[in-house]
Amino acid sequence: MSETVTERQTLPSGAEWTFEAIGLYHTEIARVAADYKLDTYPVQIEMITSEQMMDAYAAVGMPVNYHHWSFGKQFLATEKRYKRGQMGLAYEIVINSDPCIAYLMEENTMTMQALVIAHAAYGHNAFFKGNYLFRTWTSPDAIIDYLIFARNYIAQCEERHGVDAVEELLDSCHALMNVGVDRYKRPPKLSLAKEQARQSERESYLQSQVNELWRTLPIRETEETQKKPTRFPPEPQENILYFIEKHAPLLEPWQREIVRIVRKVAQYFFPQRQTQVMNEGWASFWHYTLLNTLYDEGLLADSFMMEFLHSHSSVMYQPNYNDPWYNGINPYALGFAMWQDIKRICEHPTDEDRAWFPDIAGSPWLETFDFAMRNFKDESFIAQFLSPRLMRSFKLFAVQDDDEKNKLFVSAIHEERGYRELRERLSNQYNLGCREPNIQVWNVDFRGDRSLTLRYQPYNRRPLGKNVEEVMKHLARLWGFTVRVETVQPDGSAKLTYECRKEKRRSDHKNHNDEHA
Amino acid sequence: MVRIIDRRFDSKKKSTANRQRFMRRFKRQIRRAVADAIDGRSIRDLESGEEISIPAKDLSEPSFQHGREGVWEQVFTGNDRFASGDAIDRPLGGGGGGGSGGGASNEGESEDDFVFQLSRDEFLDVFFDDLALPNLVRTELAKLTEFKTQRAGFTSDGVPTNINVVRSLRGALGRRKALGAPLAARVREIDEQIAAFEEDASNHVDELRELREERSRLLIRIEAIPFIDSFDLRYNNRIRIPKPITQAVMFCVMDVSGSMDEQKKATAKRFFMLLYLFLRRNYEHIDVVFIRHHTIAKEVNEDEFFHSRESGGTVVSSALRLMTDIVRDRYPPGAWNVYGAQASDGDNWDNDSPICYQILDEELLGLCRYFAYIEITTGEAQNLWRQYEGLTASHPNFALQRIESHEDIYPVFRELFKKESV
Repeated sequence: MSETVTERQTLPSGAEWTFEAIGLYHTEIARVAADYKLDTYPVQIEMITSEQMMDAYAAVGMPVNYHHWSFGKQFLATEKRYKRGQMGLAYEIVINSDPCIAYLMEENTMTMQALVIAHAAYGHNAFFKGNYLFRTWTSPDAIIDYLIFARNYIAQCEERHGVDAVEELLDSCHALMNVGVDRYKRPPKLSLAKEQARQSERESYLQSQVNELWRTLPIRETEETQKKPTRFPPEPQENILYFIEKHAPLLEPWQREIVRIVRKVAQYFFPQRQTQVMNEGWASFWHYTLLNTLYDEGLLADSFMMEFLHSHSSVMYQPNYNDPWYNGINPYALGFAMWQDIKRICEHPTDEDRAWFPDIAGSPWLETFDFAMRNFKDESFIAQFLSPRLMRSFKLFAVQDDDEKNKLFVSAIHEERGYRELRERLSNQYNLGCREPNIQVWNVDFRGDRSLTLRYQPYNRRPLGKNVEEVMKHLARLWGFTVRVETVQPDGSAKLTYECRKEKRRSDHKNHNDEHA
Repeated sequence: MVRIIDRRFDSKKKSTANRQRFMRRFKRQIRRAVADAIDGRSIRDLESGEEISIPAKDLSEPSFQHGREGVWEQVFTGNDRFASGDAIDRPLGGGGGGGSGGGASNEGESEDDFVFQLSRDEFLDVFFDDLALPNLVRTELAKLTEFKTQRAGFTSDGVPTNINVVRSLRGALGRRKALGAPLAARVREIDEQIAAFEEDASNHVDELRELREERSRLLIRIEAIPFIDSFDLRYNNRIRIPKPITQAVMFCVMDVSGSMDEQKKATAKRFFMLLYLFLRRNYEHIDVVFIRHHTIAKEVNEDEFFHSRESGGTVVSSALRLMTDIVRDRYPPGAWNVYGAQASDGDNWDNDSPICYQILDEELLGLCRYFAYIEITTGEAQNLWRQYEGLTASHPNFALQRIESHEDIYPVFRELFKKESV
């Protein structure tokens, strides 16, 4: 290969790709990535059709997943957008697994394939391997096996218990997916062999635990404990699905296993939801840098660069707030700009940069990059690295909307006294704790009507959205008895927000389900 | 080296699993949309799918979210006029500059219906869900005289024209390998020994001679293995299987006398169209014959059939006679599945109804797979209906139904073709 480089012969260009050409491009991209010390999982490239790509998109980006109508809905929506040509970077899916699987779409041109290899197979791949959230929350070596296990298990359940029963259960679990995550506690690593070996053991154990909690025979208790009202759980629980899996009184063992599967999948995507700006920005920075390096070496044809830059700049486009197509801040644009800006601060710092970023101004950029990529998520990344210069170039401004005031209020703009506040606001915007309602399991009345009470801690006086009723119906289906959610008031007391009553046992269960059919 | 795996050809149609789950779940809504869609179509215009829209609220996937009230703070790009501390009027409908974020865009989106495209096959699947042709085809199959030949693997005997060269030579190669391998292995062994002895040739003259002799004997034996043996020959096997009749002819018979107004004709058209669609799903090739009649019957094209208007009396038997003649003439029942559908408002010349009964009973029903009579009327049953009622007992392939208005068409059609419970 080294001869090819010294001869400065360009890599195959033109719209049509071949397997040989992809191999050649990959070799060169891998070489340059190694020069930049990108630490990645081994790469596996898979060619798929656009239909397969849309299918993978629909099944939350996973090559194997269990079947559910919501993925079908997603598929139809994706298909429609694709046919109308509305998909942005639709030609890229990469799986956080070891080896890292990058999908290339058959319909793409050679340039696009090279772009995706650089973006996904090296950019995202390095991020998956390095970033602390991914290291902590995901098990890349086991995820594919686990999903295969999950798909087969759910297919078995469908055979045994009927498609409808499984579908209803999955509907309910999906409604609670976002509150099925351990945010602060590291989940145990996945392992297929262990999952299978432990599954039956777990079923019987879980059931016995539940039975213990719900036993109706009176236990001899001391006078004291009977008088004192105790809460269960003693501490509020943030992972509602976990609580359901362990403690819902009426679930069958197979139903608990499915709750667990949904929970594990949610857990797996938890880091992705928190690192969108960083991760997309990082991958974009690297496809841009890697391909430009190859161009500087004389390996890429001008026509290649034209097509690449055209695609790159349309993905990185950030409309202004008053443009009709404005749809929030484009994570690709913000992320890419931030990484470019960090490199600039390292290499050519201004006085302002030295004042704001004394630690990194003038430092070797590759080391700073590695540090930043490993140790941050969107929220902290923005709080740490968003520079005044970038706020100026994006012309950022923060608007406060308080329903107790008649007018909106511009709280900070890109000016000297606004930088810190603006940065904090933007960082907050990516904080999951602010984005999603904070709802926790508060109490189970396990001596009385077995009702489950959740507590909502409002943030900035925001109430729960209207669809809380739908979600609570799903929760009631899983719990099997009355469920309610209370909102914590400013004075610390709690007020009932919504209650879904459920007195009878199984027969009622059935009727309720029919409404959803 | 990177692993590049070509997955384009595996898991074809994997997506359909999730897609079908979706269709299954929203069957009711989809069926309603499909029934609406059939209104605007011409009888042969079936080659396209259909755009289906489902109210978004039916397929929402709820999760806990913030409501819109409270304090929201959001950062925007492209400031062109605001200074810190500015107050802005609340934009209506949340568009433009300010407005609250988060749930807002989600809620806005959910107002729209969910629209997607059904393929032609899916469209028809939904449309004819649970319907089947009356169970006639099976009994007829036994009488079929047409056969077609079909490949069925390979046999070890046959005629020379059917020799399969590739298979035969592959067998021969395998046989030669199998028989020759032990000999060849011995030859290699001998070669090694010879090579070893040759280093000291003078001391091993005898051994060398013996080995060389054995070697040449072995070579002769290897040579003697025949290149091809009759044992190796393989022949393409062909079998004859009965060929089901895959062509059908559908007769549309309609009364166009003065009493059939446009609305009744439109109803009849819908019914014929359903029948056509339905037969299309069961037969590869289908002919449609249009017969209209008042006092005289005439074969016409589709356009004329539906759009021209006549007046005068009604003699139904003329149409049945014409149909019988056409079947005899052009569509021998041995080669064609004959279906008849007759639509009328029930008026007939009194003395003609017994004749109709006779034609159907004695001739026409014997030629048809199925004959359906549709009476489009809101009034009392007339003599034609009463005569026809007598036919149902003796002819299981005859059915009659009344349609009063548009809405009845689909139910009546389903009634006619519903799957018989097994």
